Amino acid sequence: MSSSHYLLRKFAFALLTIFIVILINFVLFRVLPGDPVRAVIGRNVKISAEVQQSLREQFGLDKPVFPDQFLMTMKQWASGNLGVSWSLRRPVAEILWSKLWNTILLIGLGQILSIVFGVVLGLLAGWKRKTALDAAALTFSLIAWATPTFWLGIILLAAGSTWLGLPTGGILSPQNVGKPLHTVLPDLAAHLVLPTLTLTILYLGEYMLIMRSSIVETLSEDYILTAKAKGLSQWQILWRHALKNAMLPIVTIIALNLGFTVSGAIYIETVFSYDGLGKLFQTALTKQDYPLLQGAFLLLAVSVILANMLADILYTLLDPRVKSS
Amino acid sequence: MTEPEPLLSVRHLTTLFEVNRKTYACALEDVSFDVYPYQTVGLVGESGCGKSTTLLSILRLLPPNARLSGQVFFKGVDLLSLSEQQMRAYRWKELALIFQSAMNALNPVLRVDEQILEAILLHRLMPREQARQRVHELLDLVGIAPQRGRQYPFQFSGGMRQRAMIAMALACSPSLLFADEPTTALDVMIQAQVLELLKDIQKKLGLAIVLVTHDLGVVAELCDQVVVLYGGKVVESGSVDQIYNSPQHPYTQKLLESFPDLHHPSSTLASIPGTPPRLTELPPGCRFEPRCFARFDRCRHEAPPLRQVAEKHYAACHLLEGKSPNAGSI
Amino acid sequence: METWQRLKRNLSELWQSFRRNRMGLIGLGLVLSALAVAILAPWLTPYHPQQVIRDANGRGLTFAPPSVHPPLGTDDGGHDVWAQLVYGARSSLTVGFLAGFIAMFVGSFLGILAGYFGGWLDNFLMRLTDVLLVIPDLPLMLVLVATIRQMQLKISPLTVLILVIGLLYWTSTARLVRSQVLSIKERQFVARARAIGAGHAHIIRRHILPQVLPLIVANTVLILSTAILIESGLAFLGLGDPTKPSWGTMLNFAFDRNAISNGAWWFYLPPGLAIVWVSLGCVLLGNVLEEMLNPRLSGHHLEGEARILKHGERK
Repeated sequence: MSSSHYLLRKFAFALLTIFIVILINFVLFRVLPGDPVRAVIGRNVKISAEVQQSLREQFGLDKPVFPDQFLMTMKQWASGNLGVSWSLRRPVAEILWSKLWNTILLIGLGQILSIVFGVVLGLLAGWKRKTALDAAALTFSLIAWATPTFWLGIILLAAGSTWLGLPTGGILSPQNVGKPLHTVLPDLAAHLVLPTLTLTILYLGEYMLIMRSSIVETLSEDYILTAKAKGLSQWQILWRHALKNAMLPIVTIIALNLGFTVSGAIYIETVFSYDGLGKLFQTALTKQDYPLLQGAFLLLAVSVILANMLADILYTLLDPRVKSS
Repeated sequence: MTEPEPLLSVRHLTTLFEVNRKTYACALEDVSFDVYPYQTVGLVGESGCGKSTTLLSILRLLPPNARLSGQVFFKGVDLLSLSEQQMRAYRWKELALIFQSAMNALNPVLRVDEQILEAILLHRLMPREQARQRVHELLDLVGIAPQRGRQYPFQFSGGMRQRAMIAMALACSPSLLFADEPTTALDVMIQAQVLELLKDIQKKLGLAIVLVTHDLGVVAELCDQVVVLYGGKVVESGSVDQIYNSPQHPYTQKLLESFPDLHHPSSTLASIPGTPPRLTELPPGCRFEPRCFARFDRCRHEAPPLRQVAEKHYAACHLLEGKSPNAGSI
Repeated sequence: METWQRLKRNLSELWQSFRRNRMGLIGLGLVLSALAVAILAPWLTPYHPQQVIRDANGRGLTFAPPSVHPPLGTDDGGHDVWAQLVYGARSSLTVGFLAGFIAMFVGSFLGILAGYFGGWLDNFLMRLTDVLLVIPDLPLMLVLVATIRQMQLKISPLTVLILVIGLLYWTSTARLVRSQVLSIKERQFVARARAIGAGHAHIIRRHILPQVLPLIVANTVLILSTAILIESGLAFLGLGDPTKPSWGTMLNFAFDRNAISNGAWWFYLPPGLAIVWVSLGCVLLGNVLEEMLNPRLSGHHLEGEARILKHGERK
């Protein structure tokens, strides 16, 4: 199988998955009880007949559900029109866009920190197998795995705000909102410490565990014995022969983990009242704001699917066995 | 004519593996043999008899649960007395190793030429540009078009990989080459080619080879000396001629019987029922006793010592007691 | 029945080696103790979780710190935290275990079908697991649960949670069982059974199932911990049953009703610890079982050097 064939298949799979997500979204939207227009605008929202009429047209409610309404919805979603939020009375796409970057900042920081520390610690734990370091790393990752994200967030929030005087939530102190970014960086950093720490602790364990088993497996390969027989030192073997091979599975895992990371963001943003997509998701849930909920789901799902596709492409670039043959 | 000094002289090499706190597996016991310059020595026996362990013990590549004792003199230096760092300078530069399966022995994500180049640069034999030239020559020597060195191991066929492995082993012009079943994983046609290549290279470069194999046909074609191992002990050693024409130990005799036609060896030892002993449950007397056709009471309680039966021909069997060094075959 | 007898023998061997494994025993102890608390709840506390505890003047004790009575203090409404905790074990474990078992049944069933019959069915099921794997699970579940709630079907909130979790978390079991079945299918006794004309149902029941069962058990224990964690998360986000509070619901209440700013650590620490208790127990147990059934590599090439004994030194 050539690499272009492989990439094409991955691309087709991503498209198929996105299509399934859209289908789920559409079906869920249609099974909501009552008049669809009422469902769109909310039960208790007073709205002019004019807007109601425009909504009717927008959703093509005079036409059959399938294929007309489905195609129409698809067209709208594709053009970036995700409907209007019931609770915030603004276009969903606009709201999502305004929160997206805050979440990317949080997830990005948490991912980078947990990957760096996780890979290094996993490497050491696997290399020095069955030592105290290894046992400690394993115990830590098991406990981290068994701990609910939001509960760790609550504990760190309580401890951090009581003993360290860190802010209890939000992304900026009220007096700093709207000021130029470079003047509020220290305040932003103070707000980011606890949520980032929570994310990092939780994902660190998993990356560590994966890197550990990956490096143990790699170091059991015959070519490591060859490298040793060549006279290379342990460090040279780790760096030149083991690291690249052991890192390959990590690339895929990072992408697959993005789904979990998104879950983590929902919990953590809720606990720390961090103004991102996760918090928005939780708000939409409690306010039963379906257009917002589904818009957010669509955005999160499509981002994760695309990230997975990117990881597959990256993998082909890194592993010569996939690239040709 | 004065006797040349042996290149490698293994003396009383004993290797134990710690299985758990109380149990040890005895993989090698009191193994001694010599390798002279320009010679090929065959280590033969069934699998599990300690052939590969012997090579890995000499190179000190065994895991930390291994316990080594004895001496391994290489050019007069006891390798077992060196520090790990000193030992690294000997590996590959003086003693190189070819593995059974080159597929797994080459790093899948590094280009073949890089893997060969690495060995030369590691031992600081020459500057990088010159080393690249040498990689080309080496690939050429083993019959691989030098430009294919830019490819990855998975793009090579099985035979080519083993050739690349041989090229890599020759990179630092070692004086001794260990080959651990270099042809087992290959099909018959390719086997013959690789053996031919090894023979050729030895003639051209004049190195000594220790060849591990269970294939007596290969031994007859390539080797000068033969060491027969059973259950981690040397049961017989001598020249190819002595071993093939007057085998002294019952195990050697049976081993030879099971290869009726040296050019079409079979891999099963049909004529010796049973399997080699488990290393944790070795019989107290002669290790071959449970399977031996000629055993008697003494064999069960007393391990026979290696006795000289002819010049440079030794065997460990109670039946040989009292025989003169010049005795012929029994 | 020969294979089933072999299974019985295997299981008793498994138990013999399990008994000597400290981690596994700790895990089993954690899980069993939590189960005992859930079953014995009414005997472990004099209060009902919704009962308001009052002081001598008849006023509700809100955010009372732990003391002899009440042992773990009270929440914002004057309810006993300990009573909520032991009754919460019932909700949390019910949802976790039932969802876990649904996931196990669906996963094992589909895994056996896919592995045994192969072909388009296998292809379809594997692509389906691929798809489920890349769709972020929490958002999907939240949307599903929220929509089902809105549909106002007459299903209890806990049942909705059980179904949604159970029907989304079968993929890893299915993959595991499938690969195991694929390797069993190639073995000789299956080929022999087929050659003498045994039917598919017979082969699956007599030969395949006894072989994959231990692995399914180990995997189920791991799935249980996932299900319990997910339940706590969904309940924390407000999707639990407020009339039958689980540990996650307790944390939802604690968070929403300012237990943190009131310094009421006794309200938010115990439920979280309880969740860690059970899920850690399941993970330890599951990992140990899996390791026993499927031993991993014993060592690698950089673990150190062989020891060289000085002359005369023994071992």
